[in-house]
Order: sequence, then structure tokens, then C-alpha cells
Amino acid sequence: MACNSTGCESGCYDREKDNGSKIVEDAVVTQESVCVKCKCNEPMTFGDGGSEDGRFCAECFRNNVFGKFRLAVTSHAMITPSDNVLVAFSGGSSSRVALQFVHELQIKALKNYEASRDRSLAVFGVGVAFVDETAAFPALSTEMIDAIEWIRSTVSSLSPPAKGLHVVPIESVFGSDSLDPRDRLVKLLDSVPDDTGKEDLLLHLKMLCLQKVASENGYNRLVVGSCTSRIASHVLTATVKGRGYSLSADIQHVDARWKVPIVLPLRDCVRQEITRLCLLDGLKTVELACRSQSGINDLVSSFVALLQEENPSRECTIVRTAAKLTPFYFNKIPETDDSNVPMATQRRLKRFNLKYDGSMTTEAFCPICNGPQNISDSSELDYFEEGQESDALYAACCSSCRFQILPQDGSSREQFGSFLPDHMISQVKHQKVNSQAYLREKIKDCLLLDDEEVV
Amino acid sequence: MEAKSKKAGATRLCCLCNLRRPVLKRPKTLQQICRECFYEVFEEEIHQVIVQNRLFKSGERVAIGASGGKDSTVLAYVLSELNRRHDYGLDLFLLSIDEGITGYRDDSLETVKRNEVQYGLPLQIVSYKDLYGWTMDDIVKMIGLKNNCTFCGVFRRQALDRGAALLKVDKLVTGHNADDIAETVLLNILRGDIARLSRCTSITTGEDGPIPRCKPFKYTYEKEIVMYAYFKKLDYFSTECIYSPNAYRGFAREFIKDLERLRPRAILDIIKSGEDFRIATTTKMPEQGTCERCGYISSQKWCKACVLLEGLNRGLPKMGIGRPRGVNGDHKKDTKKPGPAVKSIESKQCGSLDF
Repeated sequence: MACNSTGCESGCYDREKDNGSKIVEDAVVTQESVCVKCKCNEPMTFGDGGSEDGRFCAECFRNNVFGKFRLAVTSHAMITPSDNVLVAFSGGSSSRVALQFVHELQIKALKNYEASRDRSLAVFGVGVAFVDETAAFPALSTEMIDAIEWIRSTVSSLSPPAKGLHVVPIESVFGSDSLDPRDRLVKLLDSVPDDTGKEDLLLHLKMLCLQKVASENGYNRLVVGSCTSRIASHVLTATVKGRGYSLSADIQHVDARWKVPIVLPLRDCVRQEITRLCLLDGLKTVELACRSQSGINDLVSSFVALLQEENPSRECTIVRTAAKLTPFYFNKIPETDDSNVPMATQRRLKRFNLKYDGSMTTEAFCPICNGPQNISDSSELDYFEEGQESDALYAACCSSCRFQILPQDGSSREQFGSFLPDHMISQVKHQKVNSQAYLREKIKDCLLLDDEEVV
Repeated sequence: MEAKSKKAGATRLCCLCNLRRPVLKRPKTLQQICRECFYEVFEEEIHQVIVQNRLFKSGERVAIGASGGKDSTVLAYVLSELNRRHDYGLDLFLLSIDEGITGYRDDSLETVKRNEVQYGLPLQIVSYKDLYGWTMDDIVKMIGLKNNCTFCGVFRRQALDRGAALLKVDKLVTGHNADDIAETVLLNILRGDIARLSRCTSITTGEDGPIPRCKPFKYTYEKEIVMYAYFKKLDYFSTECIYSPNAYRGFAREFIKDLERLRPRAILDIIKSGEDFRIATTTKMPEQGTCERCGYISSQKWCKACVLLEGLNRGLPKMGIGRPRGVNGDHKKDTKKPGPAVKSIESKQCGSLDF
């Protein structure tokens, strides 16, 4: 019974006494007509069939979502006054909200700066990056022109403070001195036998592209708008591809294994909140049809959607479970003795350090997906031929990339290797290859027994 | 490509022996092979799993959990064959649990009795009725079709241990296959059970408990088990439990079937992920003690079976289901003896039962 029977004037208590059953009509009359949080404003109804509809007023809802964003940013020292932040923008709802929230933080910082007497705390810089994937999806070319136009106007509307916009074609990942980058990209993708592998390779190239833009333009943080829902899907796709070891590296708030650390300030917000916020604030988005319709990634998304129907909090449970996995040493902003970084920031970095693996071991990373590798994985190797790039590539990759991205036979693999961006190939060369055969090479002049007899 | 090779079957050869005509496509690898090669590769892979994981020691008495279904029938067949062929030196037994499900278990038990004769392995049957005083039919009548798998699973685990104690065996083997384990990994992720997630991929479990159990079929695909049983014309009972349609596991199972169609090796990849998950060993694991009521191993004061039984006997079907309200629910305050319908067998210590 929603009403407090002693104070109720509708007479429902008497009726309940009479026939002992719940009176539905009166329940409707006395339903919550105030926000459950502030108890004064009228609650918002989005009418989208989702959970928790009609419970919070617009203001409390908004504050809740922004509050999660801000908590993530401060507790992980994601954005500090001396930083130059690049926001990865896809045009979708999550990255739109990320951009909006970062902008609001920046405005606040600017206000504080202008109001303060000594102007001690600088305002962090913000830039926006968009990766143009037309080279991989030629059918998108007309759609893309409009999309880019819209992005330009959106970013310019978000000032002051003004933000630099970097629209980069995905083929720029090959560097400016590459002969025919578009053609090279097409050849690279065509040589991948598996559909899912192709999709994943494109994602890895996109990240490399963003890293390139960030480091070439002086940014020291990359903001990615991944929300809880996206991470839940990632947990399952990683599990299903045999990437259980590296999973905990991908789903934390901070991923500093890259040159420009990646931060996920919307990690604790679900897609439903983000979509509703876009509706509430009139934030426009653009969805480019970049996804293919087959493959494991799509199967998993449908599966998660099905689970969500059965239980709307399933995404959160999935991410919560995965969050219990041990992160890596690089899953936090590295401490720095840089004098440019304010003391307050340095103290905060020390205070909010995530628990990590204790040992600062240098993990071996897969040159394609940058996933940290389990030692036992790389010791599966039974040959290592120096000078043969394709075999070195095979040796250096994780088992998942070996299966779904690398071509199966040696000569196709060699060709594939020649199409890869230089950055990935240099990873192969510099990697500390932890294989039995490699170690054997080093000590073979001291070994007395033959190959097969050594255990 | 497929149709062509089927029509030109005469010109294609089994890709393993290159002698005989291929008659099947191997679910795990999609290789086109002949029957003999399939038997060989199937049996050899299981033998390698047994050897590399050191599942058995010569002279051990081993009970095979036998339900009469395809997994346990094939397990009994292959294990006795490998035992002979490779001289494992094991004493094998069949152990079957009668949950009391009319129209399902009574039929499958007939199959196990035939297996006893066909494979020459002594059979022991343990029933829920004798052990707990309740059949699954009775339980479902009381609690309905939700959560009934929880009851059956908990009761069966203990029943197997008690049966194993009766047979005085050193080890229990079950027919859990790769699909089962992959489903369990997914389920544990979906349900937030990190402790179970860290244990569910172990090929041997319960080494510090009454009877260790192992799963020789850990890397064997369910489809291949069916194929083996089909080609070898093994006698097994093929109906699904009549009470299972609403199990949550169904979600995971459907997903894995779709996944297998796209990428057969994904099943093994899930298991690999499960084995590789970075789960801290300091993660709060349940502390092992014994049940105050029956002496079975338990991390709480009462083992789950006793909690569930108490609920059934007191007409409180939700007791022991879902999140605990206090420590072990509120049964602690109840010092009354259980009702007359409950036989005294439940309070006997594990291992001290005489039939």
C-alpha cells in the first residue's frame, strides 16, 4: 500500500478491511508524484520502456549521471589542471555525452581561474578527434561528408573555451610517407580471413590513429566514452575469444599502457542513462552504419540485449564481476615528479592508486591488439627463425590475434606483415620475446643434450 | 565447396589417414574424416588429457557418475576401453543417482542397468528418497518449476559423495564436457560469482574434500560425444530432464550453440579465458568446515542440502534460495527436531551409511 493508512483520506483503508485485497485504483492516485531524491520536483518520464522511469526529476537525474562522471575523473586523477585532453568522438551518444561533460568541467575550471586572484591553477586544454573510416567502408562517403560538417559545427558551438578539432582519415595510421595509404588499408583488411578478426583489426588501427593524433598534437590524455553497457559486451567478447588474461587491462578506468593514457570517465554509466540524457539535454548524435551484420561481436551484442530484457541490471553485474579481476600495473595514471604537475595532483595520484599486481613486471604485449601476454602463451612457441618477419610476427602475437587476424600460411602472413603500420612492426622487433626457443638460442653453446631430450 | 566435396566423395579422402572415404566433419576442427580416424582421434585426445593432467594413479578405485545419458555412457565406454588399452590399472564402477523423476529418471536408470551388463562394470544406485526422504517429483509439487534445479544439483552433489563412500572409491569421474564448462564460465560471469569462476575450470576438484572428482571430457565437445555414441551405436537415454526448461543455463546454452556455428573453437577459447582470468588467490574464498547437522563438508554451519531440506520439511520452499538474510537464514533459532516425514538417515555422518 503506497499510502500511509492513518493519514489517508481516500477511504482505501476501510475498503481493504472489507475485502482484504489490494485496491489498485487508489494505488495509482497515491503513486509517487515527486522525485524520489529531492522530493520536490516532478519526476521525468522518458516512456522508453526502460527501468527506473518516472522516479527522478530532470535535475536529479542529470546530477546523478554527471556526478558519476565527475567522481570517476577526480578519483582516478583523469584530468588535472596541467593536462591537455583529447576526446575521441564518434558522433554516438556516449562520446557526445563525454564531450559535453568534459566541456562543462572545462567551463567550471575557466570560471575558477578567472575568479581566482593568483591564477595558480591553469585550465586544462581540450581537443576533439574524429576518425574517418571511409577508406574501410567506401559506401559511407556521402554520409561521412555530412557527418563531418555536423561535427565541425557541434565542436565550434562548444566554446568558449575553444577546442581544436582533428578529423583524421583512418589510413593516416600508416604515416605520411606511405605510398597509397587507402589502397594499403584495403589490402590489409582483405588479407584477414576472419570477419570478426577484420572488425577487431579495424578497432586496433583506430586506436593507433587516435594515439598518433594525440601525441603529434601535444595531448597527454585520451578520453574515450565507453559506458558500462559497452564494457559488458567487451567482457563477453573477450571471454569468447580466449582473451581472459588481458581482459582486466581493458576494462579499468585508466589504461596507461599506451603512450597517451586512455581514460574512461563514463565507465560507470549505463547506455540507458546516456541515451536519456541526450534526450533531456537535446544533445544530437549521428550513427554511422560502420558495423557489419555478422560476426561474434554482433552475436554478443544481441545476447547482452536479450539478457537485459530478462534483467535490466545484468550489464552492471557483468562489469562488476569483471571488475573483481586483478588489474595490471599500467591501469593507473603513472605517478610523476614533473614540476609542472601541481602538488595537489601528485598527492591525489598517490592516494587513489588502484591495487595492482605489486611487481612492476614488463609484460610482453601483442603487437596487434596491445594485449598483455600470459607467459605460458608465448612459451607455446616451437620455432623462432631470425630474419623471417612473418614468423617473428606470429611469435609475438597473442593466440587470439594469431587465430582471427593473422593469415594462416607463411607467405600470406609475410604479405600481411608488410601492410601493417610501422608502429605494430616495430613492436615485434623490440618486444622481449619470452619463448623457449629464444632462450635456447642464448644458451645453446652450453647445452649438452639434444632438443627432444630436454624436458 | 561443401556440396562439391559431398558429390565427389569418391575422389576425396579422409584428411588424417588418406585411405578411407570421409563420412563426417569433425565438429571441433571441421576436418573431413573417416569413422576409424574419428574414433582414434577422439579416444586419443581423451587419453592425452588424462595423462597430461595426471588424473589417475594405478590401483585406484574409480566411480563413474552414470545417468544413462550420452555423456556418462560414452564416458563409461571410453574409460573402460582406455583402461584396458593403456593399462591404467583402475577398478571401475558405475554410480547412479535416482532423483525420483517419473517418466525420466526411471527410464534412464534402465539404461544404466543395461550398461552394467554391457560394459561389465558393477553398479550402485543411490536415491533421493532413501537419502533425503524427498523425490524431485515431491519437491517440484511443493516449490513449482523455478529453483528446482538448485535443489536437485545440491542434493545430487552430496548423493554422489555418499554413493562414492559406499563403494569405497578413491575418485569420482563425471561426464562434464567442454560445452558444460563453457556454459558454467559464462553463467558465473553473468551471475557475479567470482569465487566459483576461479574454480569451475579446474579439471580436478575437491582434492581436499571427501572424494576428489575429475572431468576427463573437459576439452571434449558435446557434439563429438553425440557423434561417437551415434557411430558406435552405444545404448543411451536421450531425453532432457522434464523439469529443466526454465533453467537460466538455457540462455548460456543457446548462445554457445550460436557461437559454435560461427567459430567452433570458441568453446575451447571460453575455457581458456576461464583458466586465464586474473583472480587473486586472496579473493575471499569460503572457509571449509563441516555441517553441524549431517557432518558433510560445508562452508557454513549447515550444509546447503540440510538448509534446503529443512525448508522443505517446514513448508518453507524459499529457505536457502536467493541471498541469505542473516547467517544461514533463521534456522539456527529452531531447535525442534525435524518432522516425522524425514528419515533419520539424513543425520548420519557421510561415510557411515549401511544399506
